Amino acid sequence: MLDMITVESLTKKYGRGMTAVDDVSFTAATGRVTGFLGPNGAGKSTTMRIIVGLTPATSGTVMVDGRRFTDLPNPGTEVGVLLDASAQHAGRTGREILTLAQRTMGLPRSRVQEMLDLVSLTSHEADRRVRDYSLGMRQRLGIGTALLGDPDVLILDEPANGLDPAGIRWMRDLLRGFADQGGTVLLSSHLLHEIEVVADDLVVIGNGRIVAQGTKSDLLAAAGTIVRARDAAALAQAMESAGLTFSGHADGSVRTEASPDRVGEIALAAHVVLTELRAAEGAGLEEMFLELTADTQREGAAA
Amino acid sequence: MTTTVLTPSTPATSQPDAVVGRTRRPQPRIPLTRIIGVELRKMFNTRSGFWLMASLVITNVLATAAIIVFAPDDQLTFDNFAAAIGAPMTVILPMIGILAVTSEWSQRSGLTTFTLVPHRGRVLRAKFLAATTVGVVSMFVALVVGVLGTLLGSAVAGVDPVWNVSAAHFALIVLGSVLGMLFGFMLGLVIRNSAGAIVTYFVYTLVLPPLLGLLAANQRWFADVQPWVDYSYAQRPLFEGTLTSQQWQHLAASGVLWFLLPMAVGLFVVRRAEVK
Repeated sequence: MLDMITVESLTKKYGRGMTAVDDVSFTAATGRVTGFLGPNGAGKSTTMRIIVGLTPATSGTVMVDGRRFTDLPNPGTEVGVLLDASAQHAGRTGREILTLAQRTMGLPRSRVQEMLDLVSLTSHEADRRVRDYSLGMRQRLGIGTALLGDPDVLILDEPANGLDPAGIRWMRDLLRGFADQGGTVLLSSHLLHEIEVVADDLVVIGNGRIVAQGTKSDLLAAAGTIVRARDAAALAQAMESAGLTFSGHADGSVRTEASPDRVGEIALAAHVVLTELRAAEGAGLEEMFLELTADTQREGAAA
Repeated sequence: MTTTVLTPSTPATSQPDAVVGRTRRPQPRIPLTRIIGVELRKMFNTRSGFWLMASLVITNVLATAAIIVFAPDDQLTFDNFAAAIGAPMTVILPMIGILAVTSEWSQRSGLTTFTLVPHRGRVLRAKFLAATTVGVVSMFVALVVGVLGTLLGSAVAGVDPVWNVSAAHFALIVLGSVLGMLFGFMLGLVIRNSAGAIVTYFVYTLVLPPLLGLLAANQRWFADVQPWVDYSYAQRPLFEGTLTSQQWQHLAASGVLWFLLPMAVGLFVVRRAEVK
C-alpha cells in the first residue's frame, strides 16, 4: 500500500483573513477509497482544486505519485478528475466533450464510445447538448471523462450528487472495483451513508481544518460515550475535575472519548444522577460527523 | 475549549498486500500541436461557435451580393468588394478571439481544460495560435469570395473586372484584421467574461474613437501625440494599403500600450488566478 496522494500542511488564505483550508495534511493510499467528508464550505472543494493545480495554495505541498500534479506529462492518463459535473460548455454534446478530452490526452477514438458504454449513456443521449442533461447524466459524463485516460488515481468531488439510487449503487461498485484493482480513490461527499459504505479511510474536515482522520473502523471504534444527567452542570464539573475532554450538546447530552465504564464511575463518585449512559459505538458515522462538524462550526461560541 | 479532538491516526498498515500498483508506462508530454488542434475544434463544436464561424462566410456572401445589386457599374471594383467584406470581418473576428478565451471561464469548461493541461500558459498559447490561424484563413476565404464577387459583378454588369488591390495591400488588410482579432483575444484574457469583454470591445471601437477625435480637435497637444497612443487610429492606414515608416512606429508604440502591456498583465493574472 503506497501513499499515492500526499497532502502536507496545506493552507489557503483569501483576503480579509478568511482561511478556507487550514494546515490540512492527509494521504490517500493505493487500493483504498479515501472519503473526504465535510459540510458545505468546509474546504473540501478548495483542497481538491489545489491538488490538481486549479487553485494556488498559500503554503503547503501536494504530491501525486511523488510528483507535483503540474509536473505530470499527461495528467489525464494518470489522474482522473471530476470536480464539478456542471462545469462544461452547455452547447457541446456529451460525445464532443469526451472527444475533446480524448484528443487532448492523445487516446484512440474508440475510448469515447467505450466510456459512453461504461457510464450507460445511450448514443441518443451522447449526441444531445449538455444543457439538456440532468445532473445525474452530467455526473455520468464527468465520471466517463475522469476514467477516459485509464488513470491510477481518481479525484472526485461529490460525484454521487444527482444520481438516482441505482446510479449511486453503480458508482459505489465502480469505485470499489477501481480501488480493488490497485487504484487510488479520493472522494468527497456530504452524503455520509454513501461514504460510510464505500470508503476505507476517512478524512473529516470542518471549517478548513481536519477534525478526524483514520481508517473507517478506527474512527467508528473511537466513538466514545454518550452520557446525560439530570444535573448537567454537576456532571460537567465532575468530568472536568476527572480530566476528561468532552463536548456538550443542545439536547443536554454530553459526548466524551472515555469509556462508559469510566464515566459511570465518575458520576457515581460525584453523586450525579445519570439518565442515560451508553457507548456511542455503532451510532454511525453520521452522528460523529455531525457532531464533529457542529463543534467546529460553533467554535468560539461553545467553548 | 472542550471540543472533542480525535487524534489523527494513520491508516492501519494491516491491509491485504494482494493490492499491487499497476505499472505505469512513461508518458510523453502533450505536444503543443495537439492542444492547438483541440482548441481549434472547440471554436467550431458548439452551436454558437459554429454559427459564428458560418457567419463569417455568410456575411462575406451577403456583402458581395449587396455590392453587385446596389453599386453602380463603375464601382464594381475589387477594393469595394474587399471593403464591404472587411467590415463585418472586423466585428466578427474579434468576437471569435474573445470567446476563444472567455468561454473557459463563462462556461466553466476551464475546470477540465486546465486539469488535463495544467499549464495555463501553454493552453493560452495554443488558443492564441488557433485564433490567429482562424483569422488568417478566414481572410483568405474572404479573398476568394471577393474575387468571385468581382468576377460575377463585372460579368453581370458587362464591364472588365478591376483588380485594384495589390498583394501587399491584401497582406496589410490581413494584418489589420488579425490585430483586431487579437485585441479581442487580449480583452478576453484580461476580463475573462464573455459579456464584459464584448461590451468593452464595442466601447473601445465605437465610443472611444470619436471621444479621442474630439479631444484631438480641441487640444493641440493631444493631436500631436494621438497617432502614438491611439491604437485604432494607428491601425487605420493598414486598411488603406500603405504605411510610412513613421506610421509603422505609431502602430508599434500604440500596440505596446493597448495590446502588449494589457496582454502581459492578463497573462500574469490568469496564470495565478483560481479556476472555479
